[in-house]
Amino acid sequence: MADLSRDDVLKLARLARLSLSDDEVAEFSSELTAILHYVEQLQDVEVDGLKPTNQVTGLTNVMREDEVHDYGYAAKDLLKNVPATEDDLIKVKRMIG
Amino acid sequence: MAGWLPIADIAAKVQAGELKAIDLVAQSLQAIADKAEYSAIIATTEARARERAAEIDKRVASGEKVGRLAGVPFIAKDNFLVFGAETTAASNILKGFTAPYQATAIERLEAEGAICVAKANLDAFAHGSSTENSDFMVTKNPHDKTKVPGGSSGGSAAAVILELAPFALGTDTGGSIRLPASFCGAVGYKPTYGLISRSGVVAMASSTDVIGPLTRTVGDAALIIDVLSGQDELDSTTIPRDKTSYTDLTVELKGKKIGVVKEYMTEGLDTAVREQIEAAIEKMKAAGAEVTEVSLPTLPAALAVYYIICPAEVSSNLSRYDGQRYGFSAPNVQTVDESYHQSRSLGFGKEAKRRIMIGTYVLSSGYYDAYYKKAQTVRTKLIKEFEFAFENLDFLVGPTAPSTAFAIGANVDDPLQMYLTDIMTVAANLAGIPAISIPAGVSEGLPVGLQLMAPQRADRELLSVANATEELLG
Repeated sequence: MADLSRDDVLKLARLARLSLSDDEVAEFSSELTAILHYVEQLQDVEVDGLKPTNQVTGLTNVMREDEVHDYGYAAKDLLKNVPATEDDLIKVKRMIG
Repeated sequence: MAGWLPIADIAAKVQAGELKAIDLVAQSLQAIADKAEYSAIIATTEARARERAAEIDKRVASGEKVGRLAGVPFIAKDNFLVFGAETTAASNILKGFTAPYQATAIERLEAEGAICVAKANLDAFAHGSSTENSDFMVTKNPHDKTKVPGGSSGGSAAAVILELAPFALGTDTGGSIRLPASFCGAVGYKPTYGLISRSGVVAMASSTDVIGPLTRTVGDAALIIDVLSGQDELDSTTIPRDKTSYTDLTVELKGKKIGVVKEYMTEGLDTAVREQIEAAIEKMKAAGAEVTEVSLPTLPAALAVYYIICPAEVSSNLSRYDGQRYGFSAPNVQTVDESYHQSRSLGFGKEAKRRIMIGTYVLSSGYYDAYYKKAQTVRTKLIKEFEFAFENLDFLVGPTAPSTAFAIGANVDDPLQMYLTDIMTVAANLAGIPAISIPAGVSEGLPVGLQLMAPQRADRELLSVANATEELLG
């Protein structure tokens, strides 16, 4: 069913915000095809009447009061790992045009 | 260097003033330096460790009760945030990231007096079964330097067997604690999903990620589990703990109904591993366990389920590494989109990219139902088979891995072959049930691991029978 072409790989890479080298595109197209062929064995597993499982311990909608908790972290410490800042704000490159 | 005492004994001696925390930290740091050739450690947290040790010794001297892990050094896999320490998850994209807060697990260990001395190597972002996917270095198996330690918590497992510290922390998403425990000859414990808070641990696949200890004995593992367990408002998936201490290992092996998993004892199993596992099961029988064979027909499909769900969740969790808020940010770019592309392409290693690509594919429009939803539905079938098996059985038993540790480089060019290493461990993660790997003999000098599994929330019972089995296997 799924043989990933060079174009498929390039499209996926774009969706995932990855730029791949020509070598990587070639490699991924054969490796990902092999992996997808392997997982396709699931198409033959009978699952009539079963629902998908997203959470295994049965918890649903764990809520807490909508209030501020102070964990003692200063904004300036949390900003130390940011690549570029200006006036305690995160600075990014041009987004439009 | 003499080996470490049981963890409870170390803490008792520190509390009694017979051992100094500062000396234990020095002993651990010296061992790390002496065994550097194994590449188990990415970096030490020496300054903070010595500071904390001095403070603990001072508290003991002033008559204060420090805690159940007083002065006990430990090593954290480098995907745990430790305050003020670099936390890389062995990836280039997080190189230089300094943790501004720390994991709840580290908080709880420190509250009992434990001291983090170093960060252990792993497959980058915990993606792997051999620790060869680390962006920095390849950890070597303590029993044979030409072999892998297993993964992804390979640095943690090797560290415990090399006696760099009395215990180490790992994470287990599809077998990443149990597999390296098996390959290195350690005890590796994967708790019930949600028993231990994951706040402050770098996320891999959130519906199966758990954290747990690597130790030399089940007794040590039980103590660490007891300290770590319990709900945390910072991780909404956490569940209530057992009211009884997990160190109460009084549940007996005698009379317990144990199922040997038929699907794990197939032709794919290495003959030498099979012999050791069968011998271990015979000893359990002789000790009074009622052993029968059990079949879970969907088990052979578990790995395929895992390698859809895991990359799907990985692709989602790794989307946060965009070069804007933390981590590596590509220089000389003009637009934010170019920054995303360049930062991620240069920052992620090959396995992370591979999983992001598979995950993106199985979640994409038109393929979601055929792959992701189908996998989550087969997961339900698998869970029901486990529940059915546990109606008549207390525990399941089998090997942890189909072979002993393989050679470094043997599987690096074949990702699918590497994934198959996890074939006996992933099902416990998909079902959220607890599982443990304990040493069960050696084959040609390399350890074999025995895996025991129990129903969800039966962690204390599992630790008890693992403790009894460990005594039998000597």
